[in-house]
Amino acid sequence: MMRSLLIAALLAAAPVLADSTLPPAPYANVQLEDPAQEAKAAALMASLRCLQCQGQSISDSDAQIAGDLRNQVRLRIKAGEDPEAIRAWLIDRYGDYVSYAPRVTTLTWPLFAAPLALLALAFVLLRRRFTRSAA
Amino acid sequence: MTAVPTGSRWALWLPLGLFAGFVAVVLFSLLKPADRAVKSAMIGRPLPQFTLAAASAAQPGLARADLADGKVHLLNIFASWCVPCAVEGPQLQALRARGVDVVGVAIRDKPDDLARFFAQHGNPFSRVGADNVSAIQFALGSSGVPESFVVDGRGVIRYQHIGDIRADQVDMIAAKVAEAGR
Amino acid sequence: MGLAALWLAAALAALQLIGGFLSLRLPGNPLEPVVRPTAIVQAALVAVAFACLIAVFWRTDLSVALVAENSHSAKPLLYKIAGAWGNHEGSMLLWVTIMALAGGCVALLERRLPERTILATLAAQAFVSLGFYAFLLIASNPFARLDPAAPEGQGLNPLLQDPGLAFHPPTLYIGYVGLSVAFSFAVGALLTREVSPAFARAMRPWVLGAWIFLTLGITAGSYWAYYELGWGGWWFWDPVENASLMPWLAATALLHSVSVLASRNALRAWTVMLGVVAFAMSMIGTFLVRSGVLTSVHAFAVDPERGTFILALLTINIGAALTIFALRAGTVSEGERFAVVSRESALVFNNVMLTAILGIVLLGTLYPLLAEALGAQVSVGPPYFNPATAVFVLPMLVVMAIGPLLRWRRDQFARVRPVLILPLLVLIGVAIWLTIYGLHVLPLLGIALGTGLLMVALVPLRGRRLRTVTLPLWGMVVAHFGIGVALLGVACDSAFSTEKLVAARVGETVAVGPWLVRLSRIEPVAGPNWTALEATLAASYSGAAADELKPQARSFWTPVQQTNESAILTRWNGQLYTVLGEEADDGRWQLRLWWKPFVTLIWLGGMLVALGGALALLGRVASDWRRAIAAGKIVYRRQRQGRG
Repeated sequence: MMRSLLIAALLAAAPVLADSTLPPAPYANVQLEDPAQEAKAAALMASLRCLQCQGQSISDSDAQIAGDLRNQVRLRIKAGEDPEAIRAWLIDRYGDYVSYAPRVTTLTWPLFAAPLALLALAFVLLRRRFTRSAA
Repeated sequence: MTAVPTGSRWALWLPLGLFAGFVAVVLFSLLKPADRAVKSAMIGRPLPQFTLAAASAAQPGLARADLADGKVHLLNIFASWCVPCAVEGPQLQALRARGVDVVGVAIRDKPDDLARFFAQHGNPFSRVGADNVSAIQFALGSSGVPESFVVDGRGVIRYQHIGDIRADQVDMIAAKVAEAGR
Repeated sequence: MGLAALWLAAALAALQLIGGFLSLRLPGNPLEPVVRPTAIVQAALVAVAFACLIAVFWRTDLSVALVAENSHSAKPLLYKIAGAWGNHEGSMLLWVTIMALAGGCVALLERRLPERTILATLAAQAFVSLGFYAFLLIASNPFARLDPAAPEGQGLNPLLQDPGLAFHPPTLYIGYVGLSVAFSFAVGALLTREVSPAFARAMRPWVLGAWIFLTLGITAGSYWAYYELGWGGWWFWDPVENASLMPWLAATALLHSVSVLASRNALRAWTVMLGVVAFAMSMIGTFLVRSGVLTSVHAFAVDPERGTFILALLTINIGAALTIFALRAGTVSEGERFAVVSRESALVFNNVMLTAILGIVLLGTLYPLLAEALGAQVSVGPPYFNPATAVFVLPMLVVMAIGPLLRWRRDQFARVRPVLILPLLVLIGVAIWLTIYGLHVLPLLGIALGTGLLMVALVPLRGRRLRTVTLPLWGMVVAHFGIGVALLGVACDSAFSTEKLVAARVGETVAVGPWLVRLSRIEPVAGPNWTALEATLAASYSGAAADELKPQARSFWTPVQQTNESAILTRWNGQLYTVLGEEADDGRWQLRLWWKPFVTLIWLGGMLVALGGALALLGRVASDWRRAIAAGKIVYRRQRQGRG
């Protein structure tokens, strides 16, 4: 019972925690004027993880901190910065958590090796299943 | 049915092995839930350059130069709209009473709201800069309010505290400040 | 009353288990004839328990703790009833209910397999059920009482108050539980070493049925996420979504390997293993969703304690099954062999690809956990999943197109080449056209391949009189066609969507794609348990008369929560998706507008796939009936001849 009350409280917690009354940052919910730049920004934002919400990208989040990060991403793209440089800058500050695109590191290489390993395994196991085409 | 053994015996144990691996991983994370707070990767590195205007009439704004002045500072990221930040007030006052210089960055805040906040919950800050688009927050690798950073005299971040400082954590923070001053 | 029925049912499940396993060791023991009736009575009892739960939710009986915590007297009736399974305890009861009903059906109807195998199957089913009974009765009693009764209920999470979602969980559960029957069959067959085409034919309807419900569940869930979360996305590779996708992938693979086993007596051990894996994925999915070990947008009411319990069940069931597999599968021969160019080998390819995708999704979903165990934080999202799965999906779809044209055992590729030339030319044509249009690689491949698939999917019907085409063949054609349709939808959405985020004043007009959208007014409105600000948008498609859309920003008060209700306008060629955001301080309103050409094809395709499954199931069941009736007639005739 106590536990369920807690869960209910947690569910209710998000809106009860006060939010800033400041309006959203200039580019939080407004697109860049140049469609090519906006497309770059949109692709980057879709692959950056919101710092406070549960598993959403900043482009899918209503959290204010996500809005501020969208603002920053758009401003820097507008200033001509490369999307991957912005991603690297953020990873430099928050670690790999912030990016939905895992990098190949000593920790994550199995993610990238897995597809190849699976195919190799399938080949080894299936090799003997086939008859010779002459059979 | 004829019992013709299929190829490799090890392959038959493979699913069980993979499953055991799965159970081990999730059991580990069930028994020892990892701290999901997103920590800053800036610890041990110099503060980024920034200059923030004064957030309210109560005290001047904040720039990097104010922090790299040979003294240790406690940089508190807060907001008047954040409930834990209000709860944290007395602890910051206590640290200030022990001689720690507390400076603030107010996130997405308004001067009037801040003045009301200081009137209600006290004002431990010698300087408060206004960060209306969370820019400095991102530059510090901070992911919410409140957070506190211990910054040494050369402007290097030495420690990050995520969430409000509780009464029983004041000593620990004071020790971190003292350590940064050595 | 409900609780008593539940205890009785659990006791019967224990009897069913003992009886079933005893018959393995001691054929002809006295418990043997009891097993089937026990399964049927157990099903009836659980159904009574579940009916009781629905009744207390219907009446909003606040002396029941579960009702007080999850319902509210002011809720619409539909959600009151849906509240019965919109929570942990209720959904677990729903799970055992469906499971017992399925067990009862097997006991009642299945006569094709050797009795020993059926008894072993029912025993395995009882084994799995017992775990869930223990879970319900010990750790999460849905009928626990509150004394005194609560004055008012706490309400249901507003995000869950949606007609689509009221039926989403039961749909997925039916799928999961259908796979539990496949699992029991697999274990039963392993125990008695009876892995035969007859076994595959007995298992197939259950796999098909489960697969239809999983397909529907995922399609509906994806559409729900699309219109409810309010950002225009329909698939986020979120852990909870992956948790529902993984059983589907395994079931799809199983479905195809079962047909190889049923018609060609090949892939025996593999099919049995997939039967275990498919149910393992259902339980792993349930575990990941309930335990909260992974963070998700869709996580509701997670609880590590329950997670531990599910993990224990999972470990016992799946661990035991895989151990039996490792010990027994060596004595099950793989069966008939086949040539590299043959229908079997196309199906094997499909199985390998599906399993590989399954592996990637599982690995990607769990990797953050693995990293956490090593003390690091990693996020794995669309930038990983999209390319990593596309590498397998695209070749698989090519083979999916060609496979049904090949003959069993051995074939020459040259034989099918002529029918493929036209679709291939179209495919290349579309690809060239899209390259000129300047599209990214994946959407381009998607659209070109989707177009080709639509054509090739129909080829198996070529040269046949449509009236004589069997239902299972229709099912396959429709399902494969549906995959093509869904692929086109996915690719079109990612290639041609246009997004417009603006702050607009009342009276202002905004252009998005071919649409002109005017913000006419903003008004407050009230619902049964919420209030909202509602925008009225007048949208006109390239100069045509305007249609009205009314997106809302809703505030619920039981429990307190804000949601954005999107408003969607569907045309034959796509959807206009509108969301009302917050008010800026200068009196302008945030609007989020998307024009998504052909996005509806995604869910239309999903429904076609499910329809294909339904046709196939209908065909299989009908032919089983005909065979059963024919067999009955022969027996009858023989008996008469015997007498005459």
